[in-house]
Amino acid sequence: MESTAGTFKENAKQALADAKLRDALAKLSDGFPVKRRDAAARLPEFDDLCDQAKAIKEHVLENLGFYLEAFEARVTEAGGTVHWCRSAAEARTTILRICKQAGAKTVTKSKSMISEEIAINEHLETHDVEPVETDLGEYIIQLRHEPPSHIIAPAIHLTKDQIADTFREKHSHLDAARNLEEPETLLEEARGELRRKFIAADVGLTGANMLVAETGSIVLVTNEGNADLTYSLPKTHIAIASLEKIVPTLEDATTILRVLARSATGQDMSVYTTFCTGPKRAQDLDGPEDFHVVLLDNGRTKMLGTEFHDMLRCIRCGACLNHCPIYKAVGGHAYGWVYSGPMGAVLIPNLIGLDEAHHLPNASTLCGKCEEVCPMRIPLPRMLRSWRKKQFEQEKTSFVSRTALKAWAALARRPWLYRLAVAAPIAVLALLGREKGRFRWLPLGGGWTSLRDMPAPEGGTFISRWHKERQP
Amino acid sequence: MSDARTDILAAVKAATPGTDDEARQRLADHRAGVIPARGRLGDKARVDLFIREAERVNATVARASSMAGVPREVARFLAKNNLPMNLKIAPDISGKTIPWTEQTLLSVEEGRADGSETAGVSRAFAGVAETGTLVLLSGPGNPTTLSFLPPTHVVVVAASEIAGDYEQIWGRLRAENADEESEAGARFMPRNVNWITGPSRTADIEQTLLLGAHGPQRLHIVIVDE
Repeated sequence: MESTAGTFKENAKQALADAKLRDALAKLSDGFPVKRRDAAARLPEFDDLCDQAKAIKEHVLENLGFYLEAFEARVTEAGGTVHWCRSAAEARTTILRICKQAGAKTVTKSKSMISEEIAINEHLETHDVEPVETDLGEYIIQLRHEPPSHIIAPAIHLTKDQIADTFREKHSHLDAARNLEEPETLLEEARGELRRKFIAADVGLTGANMLVAETGSIVLVTNEGNADLTYSLPKTHIAIASLEKIVPTLEDATTILRVLARSATGQDMSVYTTFCTGPKRAQDLDGPEDFHVVLLDNGRTKMLGTEFHDMLRCIRCGACLNHCPIYKAVGGHAYGWVYSGPMGAVLIPNLIGLDEAHHLPNASTLCGKCEEVCPMRIPLPRMLRSWRKKQFEQEKTSFVSRTALKAWAALARRPWLYRLAVAAPIAVLALLGREKGRFRWLPLGGGWTSLRDMPAPEGGTFISRWHKERQP
Repeated sequence: MSDARTDILAAVKAATPGTDDEARQRLADHRAGVIPARGRLGDKARVDLFIREAERVNATVARASSMAGVPREVARFLAKNNLPMNLKIAPDISGKTIPWTEQTLLSVEEGRADGSETAGVSRAFAGVAETGTLVLLSGPGNPTTLSFLPPTHVVVVAASEIAGDYEQIWGRLRAENADEESEAGARFMPRNVNWITGPSRTADIEQTLLLGAHGPQRLHIVIVDE
């Protein structure tokens, strides 16, 4: 998809002024984070499982080449085909080729962030193949021609009224006077529309939450069951996954599954977890005759061994988004590309470059909540700081902020100079503010005082008072 | 231009220190990680936990003392919910294993689902008490579409097949299909292993929980105690 990450500041301003978005996002704080906390509390082994999940992915990344080859061998053995793709363009070409070979007119899709990353829908459309998103949230945003705003809840930015308006506009063959007030009726309508598409589809395109090297299986996790209808009804099943999705064994996949849903939606286990291995067997009554795995690099191998290596452990649970004060204020679209929140702010510059995404690492208060809730223990704040450091080194920050930072560094490295520099302003502020005890306005401090008062210092710096208190 | 596979593998191997031995050993051992203690229970308590967890995720559970009692339980469930008495059943639980015709109200057909059915009946390979999860294997006798297309899904599982945790199921699957296991790896997997934990749901509209998104709205589990 086309990036608008370059205008993050403007995007964020617009988002903050959007009352409907605020209503939609307000529901986030009481939803996923509370459920996640309860689910983790219900399982005494949760922290140990997270440690192990982390260790599994660390081991995989150290042996990635071996596991990729093992996975490919098992897929082939089971009668499937693995397609290696270096770039989004290669993946698009490969998927279109498979669709054309299958004579496909319609492709049903279950939610896949990688498919967003390679913008497959636009590509299929321009070549006369109709892609149909089947996850309810994805279906809604496809009708609205919007990208997802959350990795696990793609339509979280919308209220039910907005969804009703969209359905009324796009499902124009239905009775215009129908009642669409309740979420239940919206679901029923979408279910009916999609049921026909499921049955008619020639190819099913899914993502994969994991790839199991031991068996050549792909793992699909959904709550709706849409992935299962996507792979079991058409003749051809294509699964697209980035190469770091590998895990060694079924047991390792199981460990990660135990932390995935708990971290994501606060469920102990998602409703449907499916392990697909090869095409249907000869005697099976249903299932796809062809099975393809599109294995995508698109920048991942370049992250190996760098300060962003740990990001490749991410299992896309969305916990960091759900707990991020910035995400909860501006929503996902402001980030301007496929991913969002803290994981997006780290990943996007890796995938589309720091020039375009230079604002994103700064869209964080570095409060640390994302790292605290990450089941894979990814040090997101450290990586955000790495990007900031790179920005400074590559002179991508503004002249003002660079000069200010240099001045700050000069002071901070010389304590005597620092004390001298702060003592005088503090004495002045204490004197000026001694009556009210606060300032409603300060020169150069408008960013702070436009929303709140600045408390006046009570006199003396901390260090001078410390020395005074310690005098006998 | 060299091909993508060569390029990717070269880039990966240049950047990663691992020796293949450790990884090869890990695949051969397929060792279990931390297994939550909550599934480690005696037979009766384990089945009780399975029922509690399944009901917690909106499944309904009935018990039958033998396979012969299943049709009566299914008919009772359909009547109670005012549902049509038509079933599409998996060949694995055809008339040979379960006497469906004894319930004269039930109309029973065998095969895969095509979307016209009102209820599907599958045979589970196992249950997992830890989360109230059913494990279904695809195969000629157990079509996957039965689990997803009909709005009501009935699953038959034996009490003795309910394990404490998922790891035991992997062990059982490996052991039971051992003769199909190839030297190189794993042919014990069917096309689909489906873990099912409650009926289909979505929270994509304002985070409101709704049942029956694409898959079934109702999941009814019949536990057979024989």
